[in-house]
Amino acid sequence: MINADTIKKLENIVGKEHVSTDKADLICYSYDATQKQFLPEVVVHPGTSEEIARIMRMANEQSIPVFPRGAGSGFTGGSLPTAGGIVLALGRLDRIIEIDEENLVATVEPGVVTGQFQKAVEKLGLFYPPDPASLKFSTLGGNVAECAGGPRCVKYGVTKDFILGLEVVTPTGEIITTGGPTMKGVVGYDLTKLMCGSEGTLGIITRIIIKLLPLPEAKKTMLVLFDSIDGAAQAVSAIIRGKIIPTTLEFMDSATIDCGRQATDLEVPEQAQAVLIIEVDGERDLIEKQAKKINEIVQPLGVVETRIAETAGESEALWQIRRSVSASLRKVNPDKYNEDICVPRSKVPEMIRKVEQIANTSGIPIVNFGHAGDGNIHVNVMIDKQQPGQEEKAEQAIEAVFKAALDLGGTMSGEHGVGIMKAPYIPLELSGSVADYMKTIKKALDPNNVLNPGKIFIDTQEKD
Amino acid sequence: MPKAKLKKLEDYQEQIRQCVKCGACRAHCPVFGAEKHEGLVARGKVALSQALLDGDVEMKDKFLLDMSQCLLCGSCCAECPNKVPTEEIVAAARREIASKKGLSTFGKGVSTVLKSQGLMKTLTKSASAFSALLFKKLPESSGLRLRIPLPFVDRERTLPPIASKTFREQHPEFIEGEPGQPTVAFFTGCGINYLYPEIGEAMLKALKFIGVNVVIPKDQGCCGLPAVSAGAGETVEQLADQNLEALNRKPVDHIVTACASCNAGLGKIYAEMGEPFEQMAAKVEDIFVFLARHGLPEKLAALPKKEKRVRVTYHDPCHLRTRGITKEPRQILKALPQVDYIEMADAGTCCGLGGTYSVYHYETSQKIGAKKAQNINDSQAEMVATDCPGCIMQLQDSINHAGQKQQAVHILNLLVEALDELG
Repeated sequence: MINADTIKKLENIVGKEHVSTDKADLICYSYDATQKQFLPEVVVHPGTSEEIARIMRMANEQSIPVFPRGAGSGFTGGSLPTAGGIVLALGRLDRIIEIDEENLVATVEPGVVTGQFQKAVEKLGLFYPPDPASLKFSTLGGNVAECAGGPRCVKYGVTKDFILGLEVVTPTGEIITTGGPTMKGVVGYDLTKLMCGSEGTLGIITRIIIKLLPLPEAKKTMLVLFDSIDGAAQAVSAIIRGKIIPTTLEFMDSATIDCGRQATDLEVPEQAQAVLIIEVDGERDLIEKQAKKINEIVQPLGVVETRIAETAGESEALWQIRRSVSASLRKVNPDKYNEDICVPRSKVPEMIRKVEQIANTSGIPIVNFGHAGDGNIHVNVMIDKQQPGQEEKAEQAIEAVFKAALDLGGTMSGEHGVGIMKAPYIPLELSGSVADYMKTIKKALDPNNVLNPGKIFIDTQEKD
Repeated sequence: MPKAKLKKLEDYQEQIRQCVKCGACRAHCPVFGAEKHEGLVARGKVALSQALLDGDVEMKDKFLLDMSQCLLCGSCCAECPNKVPTEEIVAAARREIASKKGLSTFGKGVSTVLKSQGLMKTLTKSASAFSALLFKKLPESSGLRLRIPLPFVDRERTLPPIASKTFREQHPEFIEGEPGQPTVAFFTGCGINYLYPEIGEAMLKALKFIGVNVVIPKDQGCCGLPAVSAGAGETVEQLADQNLEALNRKPVDHIVTACASCNAGLGKIYAEMGEPFEQMAAKVEDIFVFLARHGLPEKLAALPKKEKRVRVTYHDPCHLRTRGITKEPRQILKALPQVDYIEMADAGTCCGLGGTYSVYHYETSQKIGAKKAQNINDSQAEMVATDCPGCIMQLQDSINHAGQKQQAVHILNLLVEALDELG
């Protein structure tokens, strides 16, 4: 329990106006995109890493759990204050400190919104590729903590591939820096990579050094409709085998297409059973050649129709089809579990078939779409929570999906992380000794288990 | 005659459930964009509304402040994957608060909290900025009283002068058109009637040009939108009853507006009140949609372009944009012979007025307005035209505070000149 004295101390550290115990504020910082709610005891909005360090030292002295939070848009509960305590809302740290055009490196604070950062660098002809669906509102700090992905990661890689260095407040309240603004650096352990995807359990990211690329000159988008799911899946493998890595290779199955048809005036012929949206970027001449080659590769694989966007407006219209899907899923059932398994690219067709079997056995609709180009499939288990028994069935189906992905050499999560949502399934993927190795790191860095306790590993909730 | 009835907060339970807290609203809420606090964004307000329904939060302190911090612009709903109508939910929550704690709770509660934060100034002197005359002329139920209640108006705000004679006082109730033409009712709204009668004159000229019969009921009232914003549910219902009677006395084919707020007040709020209000709401049409339907853009485009032209940009009023009306006002503007049209960045973001919002949150409202003024300036336009007297008031205030020279006008003000040429 946090007492009045502790609140006073927090106020002294960050200023009275940045601390709140008002019930309305506690409610507003109690949720994320998992739709689970846990009330914190106090919400604190720190303005500097020094303030955060002081808060962490105090939290250790008094054994108060601290939950760092960016935009609160995670799908697995990484920012949820599951054990009361302090929500550390990092929104005030929202400056783009530097965009270094000579070295193609930028330095930012964690509260900068990803999409706004992209706009800022693109104005200078530079490029930050990771593009999670939430990019218009999620923050770079959250993206690093969860190691966010997105459609463009097929070609460019995920968040961690663009992070050169960090400033981090450790769980015990030290301020450290990892990596730096150089393109190479091998002195000591790679703590930058360790922090990426650590879900706020190993430290609080307070500054991020980001690698940038030159902005590609142009891009070309095409939408290809296939008469079978296998055709689409084979197309993915064939393109990669053809030594072309498109910028994006997005896939939608027939259930997804049906949703799109119902929700929008989407015109897709009846015989289309799967869709690929393929985008290439780079120099104008090159992408014309690539697009032509891709078209030649996919045509023999049961293509019903090919639409190629010639203008930015046409490209936007093709992407709109993909974006309309998420919302239209509600037509199937009101509630969804959005899982994000990832399998080796060549296993995508097999994985889709297994998911179809699971859906048939459980009697619960499962809709698949996602980033086929890197084997990352969004498996949406659609239920109506108000109907008794559906949640249990959904959980069984999800476990079956995870097991199937692991059997194919895949993983339970490509982008969303573990948080609390996937924590119960950890033993399916991580062997005892691997889990112990990870937990040893956590224990060493956070001996009092005050920083984001109960995330990733369920048993870290229990104190020693 | 059935009486008007607004929905209660509990009637929105299903829509509240549909908010999955994804956070997409954080990218689109103008208030959140200015102040960055979760209680200000749609997702937070939906959570607070649920807490109110569940009895988990009391109607005081931050709760009141957060619920007051919404422009009801509808930008969040327009971009929400599940189309959760947060602006309706917030309005219903405000009515719930006002009905339990009295109508003045909102204003008083909010200003008390703000005062303690040093934001709300002592405002009695602002009377000098705004003629007391207005309040003698304004009926009790006019939304302008809610939008610019004297002691609360920040002395920094620049306001338009008051018309010595209101628009409706200057015109007969019925103006005959050409034979065989339909009849339209002109719903003036408070802004045109009391502050900008010249917009009304321009509107009449345009309607006469088309040749329709025009009805301007003397006893039409405020549309009720500012009362929706203030949580004054009963006032909204009374105004709906009054307007139904005024607008139904003569059979009319359309009810035209030149004010985005009135368009939404009549066309959207009334539409949710069941019959016969729904039927009335279905007749409501924005003046530019009406004029475009009658082929005016084509006629204007046929006029020779003037040698000396003025650079004009367009601001989308939220209450038209979120109802899908964005094309027609631009069509007319672009076709004007004396206009060089320029599209500004973020033309569709809110100006920051928001019903009664700017009264209690003038500083935030100014921050939102400052972004708009910057975009107007960057576009290099000499004028910003729009389709809403409320927006004009706010845009001009923001431009004045930025020390810029642009003029905020109604498209109708610019249309008059071209109508003369069309004969």
